[in-house]
Amino acid sequence: MPEVNAETVATSPEAVAQHLAASRYLADDSLATAIFLAIRLGKPLLLEGAPGVGKTEAAKAIAELLGRDLVRLQCYEGIDAAHALYEWNYQRQLLAIRHAGEHEIDIYDDRFLIARPLLQVLRAPEQRVLLVDEIDRSDHEFEALLLEFLSDFQISIPERGTIRAAAQPIVILTSNRTRELAEALRRRCVYHWIGYPDAEREAAIIMLRAGDVAQATARAVAAAVQTIRARPLAKPPGIAEAVEWANAATILEKGGSPWPEAFRRAIGVLIKDEEDLSYITPVLGRIVEEALG
Amino acid sequence: MSRDLNNPFSPFTGRRCPAGADEGQRQRRQESLPRAAVPLLGFGRLLRRYGFAVSPEQISAFMQAVTLLGPRSMADIREAALATLAPPPDRRDEFEAHFQSHFYGSTSAVIEADADEEIRIKDDGGADDKRIEAEHRQEGGELSSALEQLSSRDFQRDDHSLTAFRRKLSSALPARRSFRTVRTPSRGKLDLRRSLREIVSADGDVPSPLLRRRQTVPRKLLLLIDVSGSMKLHTADYLKLAHAAVQGADRAEIFTFGTRLTRITSALRIRDRDQALARAAAQVDDWDGGTRMGPTLLAFLSVPRFSSFARGAAVVILSDALERGDHAELETAMRRLSARAFRLSLATPLAGDPRFRPATAALRAILPDLDDLIDGSSLASLTGFILSLARPAPAAETIWKRVS
Repeated sequence: MPEVNAETVATSPEAVAQHLAASRYLADDSLATAIFLAIRLGKPLLLEGAPGVGKTEAAKAIAELLGRDLVRLQCYEGIDAAHALYEWNYQRQLLAIRHAGEHEIDIYDDRFLIARPLLQVLRAPEQRVLLVDEIDRSDHEFEALLLEFLSDFQISIPERGTIRAAAQPIVILTSNRTRELAEALRRRCVYHWIGYPDAEREAAIIMLRAGDVAQATARAVAAAVQTIRARPLAKPPGIAEAVEWANAATILEKGGSPWPEAFRRAIGVLIKDEEDLSYITPVLGRIVEEALG
Repeated sequence: MSRDLNNPFSPFTGRRCPAGADEGQRQRRQESLPRAAVPLLGFGRLLRRYGFAVSPEQISAFMQAVTLLGPRSMADIREAALATLAPPPDRRDEFEAHFQSHFYGSTSAVIEADADEEIRIKDDGGADDKRIEAEHRQEGGELSSALEQLSSRDFQRDDHSLTAFRRKLSSALPARRSFRTVRTPSRGKLDLRRSLREIVSADGDVPSPLLRRRQTVPRKLLLLIDVSGSMKLHTADYLKLAHAAVQGADRAEIFTFGTRLTRITSALRIRDRDQALARAAAQVDDWDGGTRMGPTLLAFLSVPRFSSFARGAAVVILSDALERGDHAELETAMRRLSARAFRLSLATPLAGDPRFRPATAALRAILPDLDDLIDGSSLASLTGFILSLARPAPAAETIWKRVS
């Protein structure tokens, strides 16, 4: 990947939006501004939003825009320093001790150190972008650890000393907001709430992301999905589901199903909750027809 | 947007920040700051006055952001404010209104968030407990009038049992295994990290291996309290119980529901019970009204943050479950809730009567989803029940079938 200087790419929010569009990600003004500010202010970017609005995709697009590798740290309950920072390869260390016999051996050498995502980014901040995904799934202890990392960008390994980042790494955090994050973490970041896009933008996203979908289909899908989201569902469909639905319906249509029927049959890729399905099925015909008309 | 033409950076020089008290202080600050930056600083302070958590760090980031963006228009300042001052999504409308009134000077922006929503949800999430406490000391009399009415039946005996309840609660709640591990002297997996260090310091000798095992942590406790008219006699007791629960358990959440849903957990975090209850009483708008249990519970489930709290939690609903009209929504809500919860219990004061049977249509419909249907008429029975949540019991349906 060609290395790009962050400052030259992010000259203005519009430039950021254009570059993102080139990486097949359509950002609205507000998101482009937040990304621009995060890069230029050197602060982490915190993206919050419902599942399936494209938070992780945004991070991938930012990495592509900067021509850097994306290092992803998926959070879960109980994630700790050994999973996020570094770990020693104990088995190899034991083998090495045995192998060395009487000789002197440094068992805290680089070859025994397993770098986890945070350390990986710290070692090459100019080539990597860190994505800390779904941080709301981790617990408070990990949040505190992350907070420390984000303020100093350094890790101390007792056996090796402190490792500092040569430059400020670019960090993106995402959260589904299943719980409130620590205020200190929010404060330290540039914040953006990603909502569901409007019908027009969603149609554009479907056109861009789906394989081979006609414009009219994309519009209809976008309109229908907007209506469906307005209903009280347990799990409202995200953008990824809308794209899948457009794809599936197109395939079915090519296989010989007429239009409204193709949408109805492909509903399984859009709504994945049994209760929601039984709730929406009776009205689905009308919704699709309205969207098509 | 004709207003955009008024570039904020020229006309602002003459403008005063609205409702500023400490004029002298601002004068001093204006000397060291560029004049154009003053309104930005003022906006941060305005937000703070309305209970948004805004740090100095964020305000300087806001100013930097505005400089970086140009600013070419008011929209740039707005975007910068949103990105750096990070208003919580549920207070976004309020934030917009403050922005409008501060930078455009429009006073018409009355803040009435989501008024058109059918079930209103109130969350005191961001509110600052310390500020609340201080505020309350000044105007205690007015605020606590609602409380006085509530706590008219204050008994010494209840206090003792609640204190005991608070102490026992954390260890009595059902436990689950956490993904976090702790050191343990026996029965665990090998802790390679520590063992290796031991081995190295013992010069290659292998002493007895060190172990770790997964920690057990108490489950979350979720209390949903009915504050409708039919529960009038019991709400005061229930709130006291809720306060003890919040103080005693590591993770407890308390909501009240009647015609709307209100989260009162952070009010109850105040240590002093009278203050906490007064604060909670002031937050709840639907005292002694009707009940719309089904719709409010569905509203609870539709907020991802709330419904994820119910996951794996011990959920206790304190209500008589007298749902008027159609109970289909209540049934759906209870089914969803029981699918998420570790244990779903309904405590109804009606069950204090020995002749009570779950005979109403609504109760019969939700009985299969309940793990327990118990007597909620007295504090003693409730505290006893909550402390016994960790012990298994037959399903509510089995018990009540046996009785009837």
